[in-house]
Amino acid sequence: MSILTKKKSAMIEVSGVSKSFVLHNQGSAVIPVMAGAELRVAAGECVALTGASGAGKSTLMRMIYGNYRANAGRIMVGGTDIAKAAPREIIALRREVLGYVSQFLRVVPRVATLDVVAEPLLALGVPEDQARARAAELLARLNIPERLWSLSPTTFSGGEQQRVNIARGFAHDYPALLLDEPTASLDPTNRAVVLGLIEAAKARGAAIIGIFHDAEARAQICDREEDVSAFTPQAAA
Amino acid sequence: MSDYNFAYLDEQTKRMIRRAILKGLAVPGYQVPFASREMPMPYGWGTGGVQVSAATLTPEDTFKVIDQGSDDTTNAVSIRKFFEKTAGVAVTEETEKASVIQTRHRIPEAPLREDQILVYQVPIPEPLRFLEPRETETRKMHSLEEYGLMHVKLYEDISQHGAIATAYAYPVKVADRYVMDPSPIPKFDNPKLEMAAIQLFGAGREQRIYAVPPYTKVVSLDFEDYPFEATKADHACDLCAAEDSYLDEVILDDAGNRMFVCSDTDYCRTRREAGHVGRLGEEVAA
Amino acid sequence: MTPLLQVKGIEKHYGARIGCADVNFDLFPGEVMGIVGESGSGKSTLLNCLAGHLTPDAGQVIFDTRAEGPVDTVTMSEPARRMLGRTDWAFVHQHARDGLRMNVSAGGNIGERLMAVGARHYGDIRARAVDWLDRVEIAENRVDDRPSAFSGGMQQRLQIARNLVTEPRLVFMDEPTGGLDVSVQARLLDLLRGLVRQMGLSALIVTHDLAVVRLLADRLMVMKDGHVVESGLTDQVLDDPQHAYTQLLVSSVLQV
Repeated sequence: MSILTKKKSAMIEVSGVSKSFVLHNQGSAVIPVMAGAELRVAAGECVALTGASGAGKSTLMRMIYGNYRANAGRIMVGGTDIAKAAPREIIALRREVLGYVSQFLRVVPRVATLDVVAEPLLALGVPEDQARARAAELLARLNIPERLWSLSPTTFSGGEQQRVNIARGFAHDYPALLLDEPTASLDPTNRAVVLGLIEAAKARGAAIIGIFHDAEARAQICDREEDVSAFTPQAAA
Repeated sequence: MSDYNFAYLDEQTKRMIRRAILKGLAVPGYQVPFASREMPMPYGWGTGGVQVSAATLTPEDTFKVIDQGSDDTTNAVSIRKFFEKTAGVAVTEETEKASVIQTRHRIPEAPLREDQILVYQVPIPEPLRFLEPRETETRKMHSLEEYGLMHVKLYEDISQHGAIATAYAYPVKVADRYVMDPSPIPKFDNPKLEMAAIQLFGAGREQRIYAVPPYTKVVSLDFEDYPFEATKADHACDLCAAEDSYLDEVILDDAGNRMFVCSDTDYCRTRREAGHVGRLGEEVAA
Repeated sequence: MTPLLQVKGIEKHYGARIGCADVNFDLFPGEVMGIVGESGSGKSTLLNCLAGHLTPDAGQVIFDTRAEGPVDTVTMSEPARRMLGRTDWAFVHQHARDGLRMNVSAGGNIGERLMAVGARHYGDIRARAVDWLDRVEIAENRVDDRPSAFSGGMQQRLQIARNLVTEPRLVFMDEPTGGLDVSVQARLLDLLRGLVRQMGLSALIVTHDLAVVRLLADRLMVMKDGHVVESGLTDQVLDDPQHAYTQLLVSSVLQV
């Protein structure tokens, strides 16, 4: 766990972030989606992003991950400004510091589930047997039957895919985590498991941002809520 | 004397060939292009060797011609007669007495001296030709000393036959620089390529001349775990009992009987005259 | 950190037509860069200029060599560049036939680069060839077979083995999965991903297939009409395209 101690701060800090989409092939329509976004998440905190559908929750999360480009502002994760960082810096950050569990599982075809989950650890140089052991532990905890571990998750049900996605997201102890609807399509048992994983992450000091449709889950593990509608730009004059 | 210029070729042509020879001697193993002339024998019959001999001979020389070691085959005889007629030089069958020896596909058994010149007839001068058909590429490979492909050929031999199967025209590295095809001599002869005489190689159809000066290092290519072996038939000569000469196999009858005789006829004769007798030989009156 | 490759102002013209122009980027060790664009975008021209197959009309391609540090490969002597091409660089062609010797056995194909840099022990060479066949998932007992007896996917994997045996630091790939059917592609991509990660390779991959870059590339450059119109983190360029052409490219991909 030397990777954790290397990073000075696991805090996430968003300041003055704005974004517009310009759809060049649709008459250059400009769609402003966010203005002046502000957010601070400390280590060990779990913050929920709330707001109506389309308000920009996923957009903000993707900007923090570097998946969407911010037009203005600063996004600090562990001392690096994602909005200005070079691709290789963002990749290094994603490997060691910043984890992201999206709503959809996207995998290379024909890779076994166990290897999908082990991959973040392998990318960090963890020995194969150790990485696989950890992957097995998580899959078992998330109630994915062992007989499925050698199969590719592309044929699994939505709920199973989601659990594989989560397992992969929690394989490495990221100091910062972004979770987009982690409990969607899960039954109560597995929902509880996932919440348990998030609690454990909080306890070891991870800064967590989550989007939860499920109000109960939100209430259970989140320390506070941030409504992203506060950052919706006013209609252009 | 005849109506021909000395040794058939005009003086300008001989000069051109001599320049090529000098270049070849200056860069051992490097193939020097030359403007091969039309000779009164077809391509593939030794025109390269003949042109090199013609440019090398002087009226005082004694000339010997062997074809696969033998002085009395049709080709050896006709080339010898050619130079007798056009150059009027003395000819001999004795290796020891010759000053210029033209050979097809063999090196004489008797060690050659500093005052002798060996001229080889070469069919395909380019050792890389079978693996890389493009002349543009092979020229680059030689100039950049990129010879990995040569070892690929040897690797393929071992993987297919269990040993390096090349039995003749076995590629060599000359003076630690150029890879050369020593002409289709049996690999048994390769060690002799390090000799006291000047060695000149002529390819008439392909228009290349190359050379190896006396006492030049010539190493046959191999692998560390499959070293080069100069092998020959595991017999002695049936006429002169020589154990160290390259042998021809002669079928005697329909019953499967055969004999082995020295390929180098002069060497065999010399030994017999010295009193050596092989399994099927007869005492020769001294 | 010194970039492994620094590309400055690369330009190549075909008469009045631009092949590629004004290309600048740095590639760091372990980074995989995808270059995408439609036919005629200049991506293959760019790749060939970078790999030394074409001489650019302007610009520098500075590679951090092991022996001498950063050297401009455009002005390097040909012997040095060819040596680079056999050791620290590798080039995977779209058609395996262009990158293999079809009349030489699989083992000989893989061993050639080793022999070209002085390997002289048959047993060792063969052992390494067999090891690499295993790594690219070709059965060991095919080591003496000619590539003409292999399927397209196997030929491509053999080409990869042949290129990677000298552990190059930079691999150029031109449409590595082009011409292969979908399931074979998947296998090949998976293999490449694994090898890139295990060996810490840097790679420049030209392709028109966005799925390939999503899978393999950390960074992406989008080319149109010889110019780079957008570049950045792969998932960012594909999920949040800024340039009109990139938006068009991304929206044209069929969702299956």
